[in-house]
Amino acid sequence: MGVLSFELALTFYFAATIIATIELFKGTKTTAKIMLLLVVFGFFLHTVSIIYRYAVAGHIPISNPHEATSFFSWCIVLLFLILEFRDKVGLLGSFIMPIIFILMLSSSMLSREIKPLSPVLQSNWFGIHTLLAFLGNAAFAMAFGVGIMYLVQEHYLKSKHPSGLFQRLPSIQSLDEINYRLITIGFPLFTLAIITGALWAESAWGSYWRWDPREVWSLITWLIYATVLHARLMSGWRGKRAAILSILGFITILIAFFGIKMLKKGLHVFL
Amino acid sequence: MNIFVVGLNHKTADIDVREKLAFNGPKLEDGLQRIATIPEIKETVILSTCNRVELYTNVKNPAKAYESIKDFLSEFHSLDRNAIEKSLYTYENVTAVRHLFRVASSLDSMVVGEPQILGQLKDAFEFALRKKTTGILLNKLMKKAISVAKRVRTETKIAENAVSIGFAAVELAKKIFEDLSTKSFMLLGAGEMAELAARHLMNNGVKDVVVANRTYETGCNLAQEFNGRAVRFEEFIHEMTNTDIVICSTGAPTYVLMKEQMQKVMKERKHKPVFIIDISVPRNIDPAINDIDNVYLYDVDDLQGVVDSNKLERQKEAEKAEGIIAEEIETFQRWQSSLDAVPTIVALREKADLIKKEEIEKLLNKFPVLGEKEKSAVEYMANALVNKLIHPPTTALKEDSEDKDVLIATIKKLYGLNEKGE
Repeated sequence: MGVLSFELALTFYFAATIIATIELFKGTKTTAKIMLLLVVFGFFLHTVSIIYRYAVAGHIPISNPHEATSFFSWCIVLLFLILEFRDKVGLLGSFIMPIIFILMLSSSMLSREIKPLSPVLQSNWFGIHTLLAFLGNAAFAMAFGVGIMYLVQEHYLKSKHPSGLFQRLPSIQSLDEINYRLITIGFPLFTLAIITGALWAESAWGSYWRWDPREVWSLITWLIYATVLHARLMSGWRGKRAAILSILGFITILIAFFGIKMLKKGLHVFL
Repeated sequence: MNIFVVGLNHKTADIDVREKLAFNGPKLEDGLQRIATIPEIKETVILSTCNRVELYTNVKNPAKAYESIKDFLSEFHSLDRNAIEKSLYTYENVTAVRHLFRVASSLDSMVVGEPQILGQLKDAFEFALRKKTTGILLNKLMKKAISVAKRVRTETKIAENAVSIGFAAVELAKKIFEDLSTKSFMLLGAGEMAELAARHLMNNGVKDVVVANRTYETGCNLAQEFNGRAVRFEEFIHEMTNTDIVICSTGAPTYVLMKEQMQKVMKERKHKPVFIIDISVPRNIDPAINDIDNVYLYDVDDLQGVVDSNKLERQKEAEKAEGIIAEEIETFQRWQSSLDAVPTIVALREKADLIKKEEIEKLLNKFPVLGEKEKSAVEYMANALVNKLIHPPTTALKEDSEDKDVLIATIKKLYGLNEKGE
């Protein structure tokens, strides 16, 4: 059942991504509704698959790359649905659904074997650290999508050829504000994830920080988002620069997440 | 019954001709009543706007009616008949229906897709309705035209994009700012076009207005008009720290705002976005300002560019609208042909005669002993019965009434009249 609901969720997300792409070129109210409905169904099935794995494994299902990527996508969908129902951001799905689908697709291609937890992971810190990290990163993923939307809309305005998506994209002010809000949600979660990670490292290996590649990339990510917030609060940095930085930030997250996994080095190899 | 249109519009007549022929104010009522006295013309609606004057009529003979209408127009407006004739166009029946549908859907407008014409047409129709100069044909036609126009508006994007500079400015402002009612706005200089754009913005919710003009007094008057406040012209850069939208038309020969100054302003306003519209020619604001982040500068040509590309978009939508109109003309024609009562009257008559004949034959077969005298008495009675029974439906069919199509359908159903070939 776990496998079936995961595959079905993937299928629903795929369908939603196709509709979301169609919406980019020829959007109506109906396409937006169908897309949202597909995402809601997919999310429900996705939730079922995660609960199922939790029940089978007996621990929070983020212990291998397949589970981690799946759970990461789940967090993004959760945030997407909240934002979609609260703020009704035009065309948000068209920019977010492809990210979700690509993550889910890569999750589906990774090994789904449930292995017993390695001793390092058998710690209370494991659940808290990963949960915080994924929720924080999900907010950054959303900020990435919204940042791209901002740059597209800004381009239309600056180039003085408002056409195509111009009418259907939200105003740059609201995109900027949503981007900022997402980073203010993601940043504290991410900071806490780093702190709990350090505490966990201390209890597992006896030192808080060991400069392994994942730690270094996380620090870079943290510095980027810290810059966005600091510059905004101190000198009103906003708009284009904030959008570009939030895109850069998410790219470092992806590098940390997938790139380092491929190197198979460092302490985070199990993820 | 013929639908007949005589009129002139912005394509066939200059403004001074249109002005002279306009039915504005009391002239409209006067004109309608005068036309009602022309025997040729059974129904009339007069549509008179600044871009067109059109008479929609129901006439017996279009050629004769055209002459009387020309007489009427030259007499009513005291103009030379030949001078009028040059600007007039006429449409009959299907072409008249198409013309009206296109006018109502704003396909015939100077600015294709502008929404005012539908309201003007509604007013013209309602006025004629009140003055009782319309009947079954024009009532149906006008109602249909209004519904066609609504269909065109919902099914095409013909009225979606801004096609005037003022509207384009508002459209852009709405994509820069989330909520215009919380934004402040400065009028730099006081040109006519700037004022117009300002009014568009205010209609869309902008409340906080500042006017900075070279002549302080003029600025004060304008500020009063907009419920805003006036500042001295030299203070405008200082004001920009708190202004989100600026419309500039000062008539100065050089730039009044340079990039370096604007950079300072942006720092002071913590880089909050600002929308600057420079409609002065020559330009008053350094175009390089557009390169600063969060500053959106549009000059007249930029706005015109937006308007032009929107117009192109509208042209595409207009083609879709023509398709809808063609469809609707067909349904209207079907209704119009159903108005023709003669075939139904004939069918009713035939059916009654057939029944009469059959029943008389049956009776005579049963009673072969009847003499000639009795026979003619029976026939006489049968005739009288049939005639009396079909008289009321026949007269009802001959009368003009609002829902004649329904009446015809009802009678056909009640009497079981199926037209051949249907």
